[in-house]
Amino acid sequence: MSARIFQSIPARPAPGRTGGLMGWCRSNLFADLRTTLSTVVVGGVLLWYLPQLLNWALFSAYWLPDAQACRADAVGACWGVVAEKYRLIIFGRYPFAEQWRPLLATLLIMALLICSCTRAFWKPWLALVWSLGLAVFFWLMLGGWGLSRVETDRWGGLPLTLLLATLSIALAFPLALLVALGRRSELPAIRTLCTLYVELIRGVPLISVLFMASFMFPLFMPQGTKIDVLIRVLVGITLFAAAYMAEVIRGGLQAIPKGQVEAAASLGLSYWQTQRKIVLPQALAMVVPGIMNNFIAIFKDTSLVTIVSLYELTGALGLALNSDADWRPYKIEGYVFIALIYFFFCFAMSRYSLWVEQQVNRGKQR
Amino acid sequence: MSTPIISFDKVNKWYGNDFHVLRDIDLNVSKGERIVICGPSGSGKSTLIRCINRLEEHQQGRLMVDGIELSDDLKAIDTVRKQVGMVFQQFNLFPHLTVLENLTLSPMWVGKLPKKEAEERAMTQLQRVRIAEQASKYPLQLSGGQQQRVAIARALCLTPKIMLFDEPTSALDPEMIKEVLDVMVELAGQGITMLCVTHEMGFAKAVADRVIFMDQGQIVEQNTPEQFFNHPQTDRAQDFLSKILGH
Repeated sequence: MSARIFQSIPARPAPGRTGGLMGWCRSNLFADLRTTLSTVVVGGVLLWYLPQLLNWALFSAYWLPDAQACRADAVGACWGVVAEKYRLIIFGRYPFAEQWRPLLATLLIMALLICSCTRAFWKPWLALVWSLGLAVFFWLMLGGWGLSRVETDRWGGLPLTLLLATLSIALAFPLALLVALGRRSELPAIRTLCTLYVELIRGVPLISVLFMASFMFPLFMPQGTKIDVLIRVLVGITLFAAAYMAEVIRGGLQAIPKGQVEAAASLGLSYWQTQRKIVLPQALAMVVPGIMNNFIAIFKDTSLVTIVSLYELTGALGLALNSDADWRPYKIEGYVFIALIYFFFCFAMSRYSLWVEQQVNRGKQR
Repeated sequence: MSTPIISFDKVNKWYGNDFHVLRDIDLNVSKGERIVICGPSGSGKSTLIRCINRLEEHQQGRLMVDGIELSDDLKAIDTVRKQVGMVFQQFNLFPHLTVLENLTLSPMWVGKLPKKEAEERAMTQLQRVRIAEQASKYPLQLSGGQQQRVAIARALCLTPKIMLFDEPTSALDPEMIKEVLDVMVELAGQGITMLCVTHEMGFAKAVADRVIFMDQGQIVEQNTPEQFFNHPQTDRAQDFLSKILGH
């Protein structure tokens, strides 16, 4: 008996969407009673609130840097405060005549950051470029070799924010890697030490770490040794951020199946080769969103260094407005301005993290 | 008989305090011998072969591999692992590396071969398992059978003297088992020492020099496949065979 010949049904395209804009609205906004109700409520709130916001921010706003005019016309925002004070906000207490130096330094560090995010620059010499770039940054900011000297306690504003964030991220990440690996070590001494570090740091707020770094730490130092306050807060932020990041990374390490390590061992790879080539690439790829969370948090946490008298962006705003009775009432406008600056950097970071996720997940696409 | 390439001498192992997983194992494997290990689950088959490249530590007895005693000496372990290739039930390919990178990893980082030579060696092994055209894909883009053949090629890139197979076909769809077994049969014809934990009795009959039957951490009996399948000596083996061959 001859077998029946199997014939497969040819594949057909999926049915397309129909209805255009009206159809989309009906299925997404007014599909049933519940969605209709929530559309009406949310839409109502927006209709009620948006005009007031726009009126304040745009239509009734006063744009010229004239405090008296602002006071006369008290309905809208007074954006003139930004035009009047932007140099104080962005560069803090840095000597006014020398502010071209922090400007150049800021542009330099931003250029370095943008380059480092681009695949074409992921070469060994990037480390060299960074050391050179940071040397130039410190020369511009600190002075010497033909530039007048400006001590670190007069640095402020955006360049300080960027410097603190960049350096503490760059230092915290490798430290976090080591601590995360240490917490999974087979050696009890290392494991206990790393656990102790993480738990101690996580148990206290960043403000108290900064206080300790800045006021208590010098008490324990031998008399006469003086460590710059900038370095002390940098160490504080780094230690703080690394503890959190280590736990995020450890989460990724836990998710690597045991078989991966066994396969690496059966191929003769050493512990460090296994971590570097097999475990960490996969673990880090898994925790990109969590790590980027940490990075963004560090960026914004730098605003706390104000309490030890370093006037980065947020601190510089207070400095700029508190000392001037004419402009003090327009703090909200000032905060909106620096909020936009923070948002610009944080949004860029979060978009970049999406791109990194795509890059590291290539092997998972079928 | 020449000196064995692997010898277990009264080897014992426990998991925790009270699970005695290997009990007084005595086993000599001569060079080029092909051994199939079978037995019910939990009988210690996998643990036995995982001791050979020290993925598991034994606690008592002596275990020699290619003239080297396995102990806490890390150098000795490294030397042994270079002689022993292993294939796992779950393939354990590295999903973030391409097939080619999976194969060149150990030759380049452990064997210190230049990249070009490592890639040539990898391509030779990929041809051997008939999958060379997939070299630039990622493991998860391949079928289970293809992945397991890549895993075999990866182990062969070490140019090992001994190959260990830990249930290599148990995680595969029925239609893919044959392509993996074909590769293993071919390999068996080429003089490499093989220890294979499997329940593929057809494979055992075709290539094994010896079948070892384990239960409760012991070697219950060992014999040629012909003798073992037709005249099992113990009631335990008879019972086991009736269950796996009985349907």
